[in-house]
Amino acid sequence: MGEENNIDVIVMSSQKDILVIGGGISGLTSAIEAAEVGYNVTLIEQEPNLGGRVSRMNKYFPKMCAPNCGLEINYRRLKINSRINVITQANVETISGREGNYQVSIKISPRIVNDNCTACGKCVDVCPVERPNVRNYGMDTTRAIYLPSPMAFPMKYVIDRKTCHGTTCARCVTVCQYNAIDLNMAETIMQLSVGSIVVATGWKPYDAKKLDTLAFGKAQNVITNVMMERVAAIDGPTKGRIVRLSDGLPPKSIAFVQCAGSRDQNHLPYCSGVCCMGSLKQISYVKEQLPDTKVFIFYIDLRTQGYLEDFLRKVQGHNGVSFIKGKVAKITEINRGNLKLEVEDIARGIKITPEVEMVVLATGLVPSIADAKLPGNINYDEYGFITSASRGIYGAGCAKHPTDVSRSVMDATGAALKAIQSVISEGA
Amino acid sequence: MAGKVGVYICSGCGIGDAIDINKLSAVAIEDGKSAVCKSNAFLCNKEGVELINSDIKSERLNSIVIAACSPRVKVDVFHYDPQIFLERVNIREHVVWCHPANNEDTQMLAEDYLRMGCIRANKAEVPVPYMEKVSKTVLVVGGGITGMTASIEAAGAGYEVCLVEKEPVLGGMLNKMYRLYPKTPPYRDLEEHGLETSIKEIRNNSRIRVFTGTEVEKIEGAPGMYDVILKNGESIRIGSIIQATGFRPYDASRLVNLGYGKLRDVITNLQMEEIAKSSKIYRPSDGKEVKSVAFIQCAGQRDREHLAYCSSICCMTSLKQALYVIDRSPEANAYIFYKDIRTPAQYEDFYKRVQEEPGVFLTKGDVKNVTQDGSKLTVEVNNTLLGEEIAVSVDLVVLATGLVSNSQPETIKTEVIGENGNVTLVPQDSGRYAEPALYLNYRQGPELPTLKYGLPDSHFICFPYETRRTGIYTAGCVRQPSDTAACIDDATGAALKAIQCIEQTSRGHAVHPRTWDQSYPDLYMSRCTQCRRCTEECPFGMYDEDEKGNPLTNPTRCRRCAICLGACPERIISFKDYSVDIIGSMLKTIEIPSEDQKKPRILAFLCENDAYPAMDIAGLHRVQYNPWIRVIPLRCLGSLNLIWINDAFNKGFDGVLLIGCVHGDDYQCHYIKGSELAEIRSSKIQETLNRLMIESERVEVHQLQIDEWNRLPIIFDNFIEVINRIGPNPIKRFLLA
Repeated sequence: MGEENNIDVIVMSSQKDILVIGGGISGLTSAIEAAEVGYNVTLIEQEPNLGGRVSRMNKYFPKMCAPNCGLEINYRRLKINSRINVITQANVETISGREGNYQVSIKISPRIVNDNCTACGKCVDVCPVERPNVRNYGMDTTRAIYLPSPMAFPMKYVIDRKTCHGTTCARCVTVCQYNAIDLNMAETIMQLSVGSIVVATGWKPYDAKKLDTLAFGKAQNVITNVMMERVAAIDGPTKGRIVRLSDGLPPKSIAFVQCAGSRDQNHLPYCSGVCCMGSLKQISYVKEQLPDTKVFIFYIDLRTQGYLEDFLRKVQGHNGVSFIKGKVAKITEINRGNLKLEVEDIARGIKITPEVEMVVLATGLVPSIADAKLPGNINYDEYGFITSASRGIYGAGCAKHPTDVSRSVMDATGAALKAIQSVISEGA
Repeated sequence: MAGKVGVYICSGCGIGDAIDINKLSAVAIEDGKSAVCKSNAFLCNKEGVELINSDIKSERLNSIVIAACSPRVKVDVFHYDPQIFLERVNIREHVVWCHPANNEDTQMLAEDYLRMGCIRANKAEVPVPYMEKVSKTVLVVGGGITGMTASIEAAGAGYEVCLVEKEPVLGGMLNKMYRLYPKTPPYRDLEEHGLETSIKEIRNNSRIRVFTGTEVEKIEGAPGMYDVILKNGESIRIGSIIQATGFRPYDASRLVNLGYGKLRDVITNLQMEEIAKSSKIYRPSDGKEVKSVAFIQCAGQRDREHLAYCSSICCMTSLKQALYVIDRSPEANAYIFYKDIRTPAQYEDFYKRVQEEPGVFLTKGDVKNVTQDGSKLTVEVNNTLLGEEIAVSVDLVVLATGLVSNSQPETIKTEVIGENGNVTLVPQDSGRYAEPALYLNYRQGPELPTLKYGLPDSHFICFPYETRRTGIYTAGCVRQPSDTAACIDDATGAALKAIQCIEQTSRGHAVHPRTWDQSYPDLYMSRCTQCRRCTEECPFGMYDEDEKGNPLTNPTRCRRCAICLGACPERIISFKDYSVDIIGSMLKTIEIPSEDQKKPRILAFLCENDAYPAMDIAGLHRVQYNPWIRVIPLRCLGSLNLIWINDAFNKGFDGVLLIGCVHGDDYQCHYIKGSELAEIRSSKIQETLNRLMIESERVEVHQLQIDEWNRLPIIFDNFIEVINRIGPNPIKRFLLA
């Protein structure tokens, strides 16, 4: 390598193989489950590491356990399984063909760091560039060369090409003892031939800036639920301390605003399925760390289906948590970074204006591919979720509907079976 | 393992700068008895990998010890012929990254880890897989939508299926349904259930044998080799099992204030389906077409007196049934009284569609009671959005009753005499299944162990299909309240797990989570005392028993957690690469400095799944902590055999730390009970410690989550403080005198 030209790499693959697009919990599950039946799988992920959204969560509801616990087991199964080929920083360019015989072209962005990397971290010390830490939603920074996360798989550094000074700097190249950095590494295109495809492209948070009355992006102490996960996480921007971004102080009062965009004709008409449980979980973070902090949660309906109801009851048992059925119409920053909410209290039929020190918006889930649909014969609903795809291409997890981890894993396991059926079917 | 061991030490990533590699190599040769010991500045490079590969051939090595980074990284690089035993010694994350360079203590730590790695490589053998002829037939118990889907999907992947349904017809609860709410966009129109098509598909599928009107009489055996006898006399060899035995509706007659059973026009949502099959929606009392219907949501659900959980499907069902009323009689009214309307994801579209109907009124409220008022019923509701207290007069009341899993234990009322002498009836689990389905001839009982509400025990977030009976997977409403769409997805996933179990078993591999593992327990039976600990403690019911109480192994049920190895007081259970002797030898090879050197030694047993990775992360963050700790990872903390604690103190260790996963209701242990069992076991060692004159504070047990790497050094350092306070292990004096 080292040329500027694109290099086509044709990977040996067969029509009996399966392609999984997306390396979050759904894609990871589909890939591992199919491989453990005995099929060869190529798993592609656009980020430099696997784990997707769940790897950015602090805890899972309702057990309040660490997502990395399940991911670790999955990575262990994956690392030792030679039937799975993982390709990161990869995006699908084209899909042609049909069930049993797809040709897929995949673009692989250069990591700049090669397989020699031992994750020793010497490069970080010499890198002069600070960039916003995407993993922490820009609440802190990393160097241009960085390890995506302490539990990352693959456990390799990566260079952010957009901010790296490149060959004009090259300090990392000098310091690396393992010849692991190749600043001239070029983009590659890979041609793959597979029999079936699982689309597990997941979700992204709804852009809270579009909720123009809720002050996100204007008031520093209004954050979103995904940011709150990072704030509460030990490897997050505040080392797990729940504080206001404006002054680093723990909030004495905090409001959770449900359906921030969801169930709203002007934003996301559907229910995002997980935000009620998400906020209840985050209330638990607050109550564990700051038991005296007053918590308000404004909701339309509390949707804690099935056995998750127990978790609602548990959170309702905490002191100082007020559940108010009502829709938050407006948030205004007042003095010292505090916030005033205008809420229609539905149960009492009145308008209330509570003041709090911090607000968490329970923003909803949007399919990752809502704006940039995948090539190939795939059907979507009006929101961009995959509906009944054609035989041979199967949706799984949040690419199909907004849902939680457990249901995503169910989906992904089922999608693995459908993918297997497609590669063994007659004519394939 | 009788054979040659090669030791390869990497000096990269700061290892060579921090420790004396020559001294470490000497340890490998002299103490570790290695035939070859080489070091390389970049072992994971091509050159390093080739060096090892060529040595394997030229030196005819049987075992490789790689002293370098954590075994969690570079797995693909350090990957050899499976007949070579590979041991990774973590001298990067656990040694040089968290201890000062060129320091005597750091050097001693690295040397001890290498000694342990070498002795393990010397003693462990490459497992020989358990291979038997495996049946590739899947048994599906329950012929509702879940069981039918699982059958079709498993057959679609090329497997034979036996589908058993106790009713004379397939279809289960769907037979009772008039229409289904929409599963697909635009989520507006009701759907036919399409049962006839699915039944035909099953009947025409040559891979699916259907047995209706019969039940399982007995299941014996293990994954890959179950012998199933049906009540109709049929006997079948089976590879794996899917339990899809569904739900029963909650007994509405318990809802006294809602009038069910007393007022004829109070019906359940299931009865409403039957009524909807006729040409008009009528009321049972006089058959007259109804003009107003009240739907009472959460009739029993979300109520600790009845069903504490939410049944997930009743909101959508009542919205659907409101349409039954409006569609037949556009001028009719339907009132829905709810606590919260739960229409997750795209189902919100259906909710909105029903709200468009002028005849449908929805309000939050607490239904107080239902009373007869002439030919009509009055529903009194408090705290509604329309007013504090309202009363609505209707022709028919539909109770949105919930779902009870058929794996839920039967509830019986037991008389309890209170302090004041009053007798009260307290509901309790009878210990019998309300709807037995599997009739397993297992030592640990005939059905799947369940958690709260009858949920078949599993890691329901990350690994929802895992039950505590290997090879048996649950799906659909037996597992959790689910609608048809969810049941279909769930059934497809369960079908995958069932065929995967068959394939993994046929290759001699374990199923989740140690899917790479080919080892299994071997029992030295002549020393067995029939104490039954192994047969009782195995979380997966691997062991059966003969009439004398001898354990009988079923290797394909084994999940390789080695909890039995930890449980056995006679230490007769071992795996080829993991045994009481191997771990015991590892800890005994650690050098204990004499008392006057003032270098205590702590032995820490860590769960390899969570605590061990957490320690790696501490290394990655270069957190510095006490170098007197020696860590041995265990497959599960539950595989801890108490003899190791005994051995540790006899060897002269000053303290023992046990670090496992969180246990209790929200357990995180991958083997369900392992960490809890280890804690119980270690509490029982106090007596032995007292006899040895060892203070009980010398053993500490901790629960640690994988992301709590920051707590680990604190646990270490705090424990060292405790040890410093109580002084050295008194045995040391005698040992080293």
